[in-house]
Amino acid sequence: MITQLMPAMVKVAERKIHSPEFATLYIDEPIDFKPGQFVMVWIPGVDEKPYTISHHSPDRFGITVEAKGIFSRKAVSLGPGDKIGIRGPFGNGFNMGNGHKRVAVVAGGCGMAPLAPLVEAFQTDNGPETLLIQGARSKSFLLYPDRFTAKAEICTDDGSKGYKGFVTDILVQKIKALPANLAPGFDMVYTCGPEIMMAKVFEICEAHGIPCQVSLERYMRCGFGVCGACVCGHAVVCKDGPVFGSKALRTMADFNTRALLKTGRSVPLNEYAAWRCQ
Amino acid sequence: MQTTFLGKTLHTPLVLASGVLGSNKAILERVWENGCGLPTMKSIGPAPREGHKNPTVIDLGNGMINAVGLPSPGYLNMEEEWQELSDRAFPINASIYGGSVDEFVRVAEFVSAKGPDFIELNISCPNSDQHGMIFGVNAQSSHDVVAAVKKVIHVPLIAKLTPAAPDIAGIAKACEDAGADAICAINTAGPGMVIDIESRSPVLAFKKGGLSGPMIKPIAVRCVYDIFRSVSIPIIGLGGISTGTDAIEIIMAGASLVGIGTAVRYRGITVFDKVNKEINDWLAAHGTTLEEIRGAAHREAL
Repeated sequence: MITQLMPAMVKVAERKIHSPEFATLYIDEPIDFKPGQFVMVWIPGVDEKPYTISHHSPDRFGITVEAKGIFSRKAVSLGPGDKIGIRGPFGNGFNMGNGHKRVAVVAGGCGMAPLAPLVEAFQTDNGPETLLIQGARSKSFLLYPDRFTAKAEICTDDGSKGYKGFVTDILVQKIKALPANLAPGFDMVYTCGPEIMMAKVFEICEAHGIPCQVSLERYMRCGFGVCGACVCGHAVVCKDGPVFGSKALRTMADFNTRALLKTGRSVPLNEYAAWRCQ
Repeated sequence: MQTTFLGKTLHTPLVLASGVLGSNKAILERVWENGCGLPTMKSIGPAPREGHKNPTVIDLGNGMINAVGLPSPGYLNMEEEWQELSDRAFPINASIYGGSVDEFVRVAEFVSAKGPDFIELNISCPNSDQHGMIFGVNAQSSHDVVAAVKKVIHVPLIAKLTPAAPDIAGIAKACEDAGADAICAINTAGPGMVIDIESRSPVLAFKKGGLSGPMIKPIAVRCVYDIFRSVSIPIIGLGGISTGTDAIEIIMAGASLVGIGTAVRYRGITVFDKVNKEINDWLAAHGTTLEEIRGAAHREAL
């Protein structure tokens, strides 16, 4: 059984390769889960890293991995029968609200992974009208192209698919295009992607009086709010987050500015991002 | 529950254990606002150090095992943090470590000039082969490092001890003789090990790690009890303290202040307010005070 205690060794049931950069590993085990939560994934002898759950059903879940560093390149090389350790899930997940009529989901790059189960949860008969705005560097970085029935706006930085430009441009257009008698136009905007993109989404939402939830990323160790590796200002990302709402973001000193390296040194976000991508 | 400790007024008798949360000013302040009288910074070392690879911290249910491995920006790379802390409204305890007496002295002298309220010498961390515990298991080396650091700092010195010492009371006495102003006991116990039998591999990347939380409380209580009988300086008692009655117990063993670390896992950052309330409730129900119960477990024997 997968719990927050010792890692449970589980077999990879299937690997789906999405593109040269992305693969999803599926595990045939039940896990108690809410969209936006994450698990700690352990490859013995290599490392342990936090990954959001990107696919979920009662007896199967999946994690989508972008091959970037030593751990993630090893992870995407795993196939059926290989064992990995899982503990979790951790964190708070998205607040899906009650009786939302219209929501926007704004995803950048691999930020689509935590948002995907949220979009699926919203795509039910009683769910809100959901607008998905998905962006990436180029076409091959767009995750799960055929997964959703929700209305989707696609953008790429290089124009290889959809609108050439930023998700935030589309968000502003869509907010402005909504009839003026709908205030606010969206009951909630959910976003995950590069922090600078999420900060821009938050800024747009603030300007239009729309509440927003963002999912943050920081270097993590324990996953349950004790070791302090992932603090962002006063917030403990693994425990208080990784999803934070507008109210918390307004007073979160380091949001979109600083992050801690593995040594605990606080550095500007671009320096942190360069280190994380090694 | 205002308390005076080594001449400083603290708004509660609770201390945040080193290595837990204390990574920046905002989180230290948040812990203080939630009822911690004395937040402790993460241990500051002589050079940049990343710590160990993950897994580094595992919750075993009745406590944790960890080998984070003393990550530190290094004492020369914390200027912004000291700047931020300079106008703080709360006290801080700066934990430091080194790999030699010279390194301890260099870090301590520099950190002391930055104006923490206390300096805690981590001579007890089990998670590095070159630092920490190698000093704290030997009375002579404990004495040497405390005496050398005491000469170069201008704030009270707290020596943090390991239960791995064969005679922790003797180590505490050596620290007192060398000029320590207080003792903090205990650091994590062990080290221990957990092995995943499916992968046939130790779970922690460092293989072994320190034990903390409820499973080590009896060791902590015994250590504080023994230290109280051998020294006259105050003791910060910690190790598995999660509730008000746990705190009362270690105070009866002889602690002046009570540290909390792993309980943040089980009761959240608000654990400090909860424990303060539980201590007050217990004292009120028993018509007594902290001063009256401190060391109470020794009275018949004394």
